[in-house]
Amino acid sequence: DIGGIGRKYHLKVVLEDVLDQDSTVNCTAEVLYHLGNKNVAPDVQFTLEGELKNTDEADNIFYSRIKSLEEELVAENIPDSHGNMPPEMKPIHLLAWVASGYVIWQNSTENTMFQLAQIKHVKQVKRSDEYLEFDYTILLHEMVTQEIIPWQMTVLWHPQHGVQVTQ
Amino acid sequence: LQVDLWQPSSPFHIIEGTVTDVRVPRNASRSLLPYLQHANIQYTILLADVQRAIENQTGLRTYRNRRSLSGYNYEVYHTLEEIQDWMQHLNRTHPDLVHLFSVGTSYEGRPLSVLKLGKRSRPYKKAVWIDCGIHAREWIGPAFCQWFVKEALQTYQTDPAMRKMLTQLYFYIMPVFNVDGYHFSWTNDRFWRKTRSKNTRFRCHGVDANRNWKVKWCDEGASFHPCDDTYCGPFPESEPEVKAVAHFLRKHRKQIKAYLSFHAYAQMLLYPYSYKYATIPNFSCVESAASNAVNALQSAYGIRYRYGPASSTLYVSSGSSMDWAYKTGIPYAFAFELRDTGHFGFLLPETLIKPTCTETMLAVKNITLHLLKKCH
Repeated sequence: DIGGIGRKYHLKVVLEDVLDQDSTVNCTAEVLYHLGNKNVAPDVQFTLEGELKNTDEADNIFYSRIKSLEEELVAENIPDSHGNMPPEMKPIHLLAWVASGYVIWQNSTENTMFQLAQIKHVKQVKRSDEYLEFDYTILLHEMVTQEIIPWQMTVLWHPQHGVQVTQ
Repeated sequence: LQVDLWQPSSPFHIIEGTVTDVRVPRNASRSLLPYLQHANIQYTILLADVQRAIENQTGLRTYRNRRSLSGYNYEVYHTLEEIQDWMQHLNRTHPDLVHLFSVGTSYEGRPLSVLKLGKRSRPYKKAVWIDCGIHAREWIGPAFCQWFVKEALQTYQTDPAMRKMLTQLYFYIMPVFNVDGYHFSWTNDRFWRKTRSKNTRFRCHGVDANRNWKVKWCDEGASFHPCDDTYCGPFPESEPEVKAVAHFLRKHRKQIKAYLSFHAYAQMLLYPYSYKYATIPNFSCVESAASNAVNALQSAYGIRYRYGPASSTLYVSSGSSMDWAYKTGIPYAFAFELRDTGHFGFLLPETLIKPTCTETMLAVKNITLHLLKKCH
């Protein structure tokens, strides 16, 4: 407890690659939840003890595939009710996962636990610059209240420049 | 001649040279193919039998296969109707081990079905109660209940542990507790959680069936608002499903030695209390049962489950079935939160049904055998 400011947590976590469970990286972090003001995201400082895997090849394959689509990508219900997802949607799902991480961080308090439940709808927006843009409608599951919360997010991505999220 | 256009998405996109995929009924292909040949249009048959491809993919829902235990596909999610048919089928084909009965009727008038499993070996036998699908969207729950029954019937003669279990105990299995909600999650809203009872004053439906039991009802961790997903209901046991099962459990409380309720997701094995931070009187027995069960589960595929009292392991909630069962006198009351921890969440892929159920079986068998060793 930090008087007048908030509550700080010191964490030691292990990051596990979703696509390769044997690939792990240790991480230490400090999370500060601010007192009172619920509209401010918690402060997060972290240190990775090791390196994240290089994903350039997969990134470039995905980037080229989307860039070369004749029509803008449109999809819904990823995964579907039975948990299935066409293989070509996997990167779209992973991108949503990353972007929703940002949304979750911005909306987290000590009494929330959010997970991405499903991509309800995703639509690519063609851009004249080199970024890829996707408009997502996602469903977030909040564990404590058990509510399913729809959320709109616009995601920009580029293999070298990373992810950007606007809500 | 009408064709079903599969590619491109509209005739608007068809120009000379475009690759086009169409589906036709079998008799129509007899006129289509000669026509294409005559018009000098190249074609390849991609799928000669679409019906067969669909059946192979969705796991054979044909009637012919529902007739046998081995024909039913335990690695896909089933509709309520399919589960009801399956229960009736087992009742007919395994009269020595299975007895199907109903404990009541749901809000929308559906039967609340329970399977009683076990050899009628002696006049008085203790029992284990297992329910799945208290929350509609947690599909892996009912999938596990069906898997458990299948394992019991298929391995009863070859597996000494299963034989011992079914000889010395009865198992009451309720594959779908919240039948109305489960049906609704198939037809309308995959993420529906509650029952489907109508509310008089608000336009919201349903009560959280795991907040509606008469144990510290509607205290912390439950909501008074009918539109919330943790709505405790207008009063305890307001939901006919909860009332019916509570009535049954109360009546058989001397016989029932374990209450197991299956939920998803979090990968946890929980025991009381949910409504407060306190240690149960028979803590050492329950804790060691949980610890052994979680180790047994992990031995299958290395999946780690957390375990402990629900209030500190998951969150505080009041009016839960597990706390009520314990308060009613059932010494072992557990709630499982099955796979996963959030990557797929409620939408656990069908390909993970088998590993999830396989590892969970080990935990359930472990708890049952622990129970038979008398540490209450």
